[in-house]
Amino acid sequence: MAPEGSLPGESSTRGSLPEGSAPTATVGRVKAVRQRFAAALQLASGERIADYTLVYETYGTLNAARSNAVLVCHALNASHHVAGLDASGDPGWWDNMVGPGKPVDTRRFFVLGVNNLGSCFGSTGPMSNNPATNRPWGPDFPVLTVEDWVHAQARLADALGISRFAAVMGGSLGAMQALAWGLLYPQRLAHCVCIASAPKLSAQNIAFNEVARRAIITDPDFHGGRFYDHGVVPRRGLQVARMIGHITYLSDDVMGERFGRLLRGRSEEEAYRYTFDIEFEIESYLRHQGEKFSGYFDANTYLLITRALDYFDPARAFGGDLVKAMASAQCAFLVVSFTTDWRFSPERSREIVQALLACGQPVSYAEIDAPHGHDAFLLEHPQYHRLLRAYFERVAAGCNA
Amino acid sequence: MTLRPDLALIAQWIEPGSRVLDLGCGDGTLLDVLQRERGVRGYGVEIDDAALLACVQRGVNVIQANIEKGLSMFGEGRFDVVVLSMAIQATHQTERVLREMSTVGRQAIVSFPNFGHWYHAWSILRGRMPVSGEMPFQWYDTPNLHLATPRDFEDLLAKLELRVLERSLLAGGRRVSLLAPLRATKAIYRFARLDRPGSGVLR
Repeated sequence: MAPEGSLPGESSTRGSLPEGSAPTATVGRVKAVRQRFAAALQLASGERIADYTLVYETYGTLNAARSNAVLVCHALNASHHVAGLDASGDPGWWDNMVGPGKPVDTRRFFVLGVNNLGSCFGSTGPMSNNPATNRPWGPDFPVLTVEDWVHAQARLADALGISRFAAVMGGSLGAMQALAWGLLYPQRLAHCVCIASAPKLSAQNIAFNEVARRAIITDPDFHGGRFYDHGVVPRRGLQVARMIGHITYLSDDVMGERFGRLLRGRSEEEAYRYTFDIEFEIESYLRHQGEKFSGYFDANTYLLITRALDYFDPARAFGGDLVKAMASAQCAFLVVSFTTDWRFSPERSREIVQALLACGQPVSYAEIDAPHGHDAFLLEHPQYHRLLRAYFERVAAGCNA
Repeated sequence: MTLRPDLALIAQWIEPGSRVLDLGCGDGTLLDVLQRERGVRGYGVEIDDAALLACVQRGVNVIQANIEKGLSMFGEGRFDVVVLSMAIQATHQTERVLREMSTVGRQAIVSFPNFGHWYHAWSILRGRMPVSGEMPFQWYDTPNLHLATPRDFEDLLAKLELRVLERSLLAGGRRVSLLAPLRATKAIYRFARLDRPGSGVLR
């Protein structure tokens, strides 16, 4: 199972920047690598998927002991492109966190970003060809769980010769994968960094996901998930789904500060137009986000990923006892939440911390006072980044990075 | 690393290998020393961002929380010792904090500045609020809300059905015995709930 493209470390920036260089430096141009897996992967649903591909990127250099690898797991709409600039010059989604001189310093760590199975950025997913039918998988693509993704990532780690990660990290849904790593492969990670997450979705969280899914599924252009055959995309459904999602990513404060009751293209004192066209700035903003999203994200993938979120509940196999679920972990944990995050509020992170404390696991917990809501995990906040930097010093010390 | 004298004394009271919860742990110095020198496992609890960061930097596990909002996340009887050093006087819900400490841990250790020090009385006699090394604040900017003398503190422990297991009164970093309640600048107590099995004096 050799990688089809370049070898791990090819996108390395080793030696490209001196120690202490500006923290704004990036890893530069990066190239995604495709890895094919012939053997079938057993999924939680009972189905199996064989002959699939995962796309990944790496930054930094894997050391001789292969001890300095950090896995970054992505959330709902992100990808393997974590840092650096891709072929079209776009920066990675966590470029402020990962890079030379950044909190996760690629001069010390070998960082791996993987596009999850079922996603739409190159890894096998609903848009891919189903070898059984020679058509796109569409709605026949098996429903996946966070644990399925973790097993797939573990196979990639095997292929890259990484038997143990110095750390597995992620925010939101990415943090759920990191958590699942700690429970499914306790011996394969030293640290689990779990940011802006929850041990399971609440009814409200599932409700938001369901509204998003209904928006997609009831779009006449969805065609039961076979829209590829019709040469259309359920854009309206995707747009509404993204608009709903976006509301939950922002805090009321930030939305109020940024948009308030500003009128679109007119001063606040002007008379209303008394129509259902865009009147307020916030409407314009949400529609823009929705339109942008519907231009690049696959509708079936959106269904799959929100479902994986819904199903995540590691305590379920232990009669709902999260403490029992956490007891198998052998890594150290850093749990981080943001005060204004209402999608996965600090209370939800504290549930994780409380369970870890109850089984005596090494854990540190920080509640970052940030105004940005759930999105804060992607932004550069001084205390947040200082904390991650300090924690990764500890990770580095533990793996001789 | 040299510990502040009261912390050094607290460290001596903690059995090697204990599970320790250090409330208001500051930069994590006490836990750091306890981990390295006494094989203690534990967590600090801190509300302040800078102190939290310092703990992470020195490899001390720390939980960001406000201890006055309750200690329920730390469970019951899961720790051998719960420490609160030089902070009880700044708590709003002092009784609750003391009660919860003795619920979370088999034993609790509290240190506080002795308001009964003779110099404080002298200050007041001269018509001034006391400002001293342990309490370097003016009346209008002090974080201290609940100041006490050793006897006051012991009365409160009795009221809360908490038993004193050990007491130490310090002046200039040393234990004092003669006229201790007047000469001590700091008081340190180890105590436990009356109903806790094994809450007897250990040493």
